[in-house]
Formats: sequence, structure tokens, C-alpha cells
Amino acid sequence: MSRGGRYWVLAVGIAAVGGALAWAFLSMPGFGGGFHPYRDAAVAAALRHSTANVVSSVNFDQRGFDTLGEETILLASVVGVAVLLRPLPGERHRHGRQGGHVLGTTRMLVVVAVPLTLVLGIDVVAHGAVTPGGGFQGGVVAATALHLIYVGDRYRVFARLRPIGLFEQAEAAGVVAYAAVGVAGLAFGGSWLANILPHGTLARLVSAGTVPLLNAAVGLAVAGSVVVLLSHFLDQRFLSPPPGTRHAPGDGTQP
Amino acid sequence: MYPYVVAGAILFLGVIGIARSRNLVHAVVCLAVAQSGTYVLLLTVGYQRGATAPIFQSAPEKAGYAATLVDPVVQALTLTDIVVSATVTSMLLALAVQIAKRHDTVDPDELRSLRG
Amino acid sequence: MNILITVALTLVLAGAAVVVFTPVPSRQAVVLSVYGILLAALFMALQAPDVALSQVAVGAAVVPLIVMLAIRKIDSLRAARRRQR
Repeated sequence: MSRGGRYWVLAVGIAAVGGALAWAFLSMPGFGGGFHPYRDAAVAAALRHSTANVVSSVNFDQRGFDTLGEETILLASVVGVAVLLRPLPGERHRHGRQGGHVLGTTRMLVVVAVPLTLVLGIDVVAHGAVTPGGGFQGGVVAATALHLIYVGDRYRVFARLRPIGLFEQAEAAGVVAYAAVGVAGLAFGGSWLANILPHGTLARLVSAGTVPLLNAAVGLAVAGSVVVLLSHFLDQRFLSPPPGTRHAPGDGTQP
Repeated sequence: MYPYVVAGAILFLGVIGIARSRNLVHAVVCLAVAQSGTYVLLLTVGYQRGATAPIFQSAPEKAGYAATLVDPVVQALTLTDIVVSATVTSMLLALAVQIAKRHDTVDPDELRSLRG
Repeated sequence: MNILITVALTLVLAGAAVVVFTPVPSRQAVVLSVYGILLAALFMALQAPDVALSQVAVGAAVVPLIVMLAIRKIDSLRAARRRQR
């Protein structure tokens, strides 16, 4: 399709979707109103299970099954990236190349920041049921801590601290642990992912039953998958481009 | 009304960006922008004037406490949305890198003239 | 309507326009990161700290980083091909 034709299709699509959206917006409850029936039900359910952070309660208790699906999406995308970014025939690993110059102060800052960030990430995971945050946020923060070493241009240190196999296993272990809590709920509570542990006191670190456990499982899975995901993109830098013609050898499209 | 219009406008900006794009990486970023319109829509639907974040400091004493909180359900949905957006973006970027390796271009218009 | 929310919404809208109409992808990665932070500020104004935290970690840090790495790889591929010709 030509560029002009594409813009015509775009204009028709925007007009149609825009019309439908305008229709929907006009018949929706206005912004900032007090009509939230799902909220009323979700907040009551969270309080029944002593979960101070209602968002965590929704994610890990009330619709915990959806979160397992989300973790599976994460796992699938990591596998997909690994397959897409595998070295092509003819691509070689170049090792030992360090990048440009890094200031001494940056290195100092990295040394201080790495443990702090790691602790912060674990703290965010641990308090998922009580304060803002949880497995997803904390897992990403913890994974970021490792990559600060990369910012400090210590690729060799970084590569040693980052045994990819271990992180792949951590990711899988997180997903398995989540499913295990679900099976335990089925065995002892009568339904998949039932909140079978004592609920404890609201707003305490150990409260909300299985929510902290599921948070930890998700934190492990997310930290593992972010590290693995980024590693595939980072390692592209150390792959020399395939030699030869316009087309990579073996892709079957040579004219 | 304005918040909903902003959410719709962000979606359309992203879609327009994809249609105009001459670079696959640019198109992927525009897709991420289009999806961010859904975050804005979800969260503005759940907002209530004067209400606070759906997190308790201590057990509520009186009934009707729920009416002082914004909707946690849409917030949970938005969290999922953000994670899914990140996974989609990383997959598509890996695909763009792969296309650059095999076809030596990331311009969708040039790609059409190639087979494969 | 709350002034803070109105201002944040307008900034996010402007930010989205800047991201979309930045033609150079390497510059776009930086703008995307700023846009992620603007979105996080809006989410704070909308009383969604959980979502704001997630947006800062994912939308303002990890995704722009992946975009940056992909661009660098594609640029280095192009440079290598140009040297070969």
C-alpha cells in the first residue's frame, strides 16, 4: 500500500474508533464521581483477609489466577527474546572489550548504590501487602541494582555476578512457587490459590495470608526475567556482525 | 470529560506515530505510547474526587470506609497493563534487531520490497 | 477538577506528542524516559502509588534502556555494513 493510501485507512480508523470512544465517554460516569461498585466489593474483601494494600489484595488474592497468567506472559516473552536474539550463523562473540572511560566518582557511586538498591528492592517486595509496591516493582528494582554494575563499566565483574543460568532458574522457580501456592490452596482450602494461611493483623509485615508468599514468588520471577531479558540485549554489543553480503547467510532470501 | 479525552488522544497519537514511522524502533516506541493511553483511561475511571490511595494505615473504625478510597481494581489492572506493555515492547525490539541483521534495514517501506 | 491532575494530564499529553514526533530513535529513548516519569507523576496525582512505582521502574528505566540497546545494535550493524561496501 502506498503512503497516501495508508493515511486514508488511518483517517477512517481514527474517525470510527474516535466516534465509538466519544459515544462511550459520554455515557460513562463522569470523572471523579463516587460510583465505584467494584471498589466497594474489593475493599471489603481485602479487609476480610487483613490486607492493608488493597491493590496487592486484588492482584495476589482476589484475582491471583490472572497474575499467574501475567507471569506466564513474562516467561514467554523472555523465551521469545532469547530465541530472536540468538547468534546467527557467522556471528561471533568478541570478549574482553571494555567501553569508554568512566569517571572514578561514578564507580564510587555505583559501589554505594548497588547494595542500597538491592536492599530497597527486597524491602519493596517484602512490604507488598502493607505499603505501595510488591513483587513486580521490587523485582524490577532488584534487577536494576545488578545493572548499575554495568553502568560502572565493570563488565567482567558484572558478567561474573550474572550467571545467566542461575537467573533463568530463579525465574522458573518463581513461577513454580506461585503455582505451588495455588495447588496448596486447592489441597487445603478447597479452591485454586485459596488464601489458606492465617490472615494476621492488618498493616503488619506478616499479614494477609498467602499474599506475601505470592509477592516473593513474583519478585523472584520478575527479577530473574528482567536480568535475563536485559542480558540478551546487552550481549548483542559483543556479537560481531555476520560477515558477507547484504543478506545474512542461511536466511534463504538470497536473490 | 477532559481526562478521558486525553486518554483517547494519547492512543491516537501513538497510532498516528506508527503509521508515519520510517523506523521499526520508532514504531515500537509509538506502540508503547498508544498503550499508555489505556493506563490513563483506567486510572481516571477509578479516580474519585477527594479520595485517597487504596492502602490502609490501620484498621478502619467505622463502616463506609470504602467510599474514601479510589478504585483499587483499575489500579491492579493498570499494573498488569504496564508489565504486559514492557514484555511486548521487548519482544518487538528483539524482532527489529533480528530484521536489521537479516535485511540490513529497519525502514518498513524498504522491507516491503524484500522477500521474507 | 483538581488543578494538579489537570496540569499532569496536559503534561502527559504534550509528552506523548513529543515522543511520537521525535524522528530520531536514539533521542526518542531519552524522551520516552521523561514521558515515563511524567506518567508516574500523573499516577501519583491520581492516588495510585503502586502504579506510579511500577511505571518509574519499568516505563522510565527498563523499557528506555532496552530501546537504547536495540538502537545501538542496529546502528553498529549499519556502520559495519557500510564499512564492508
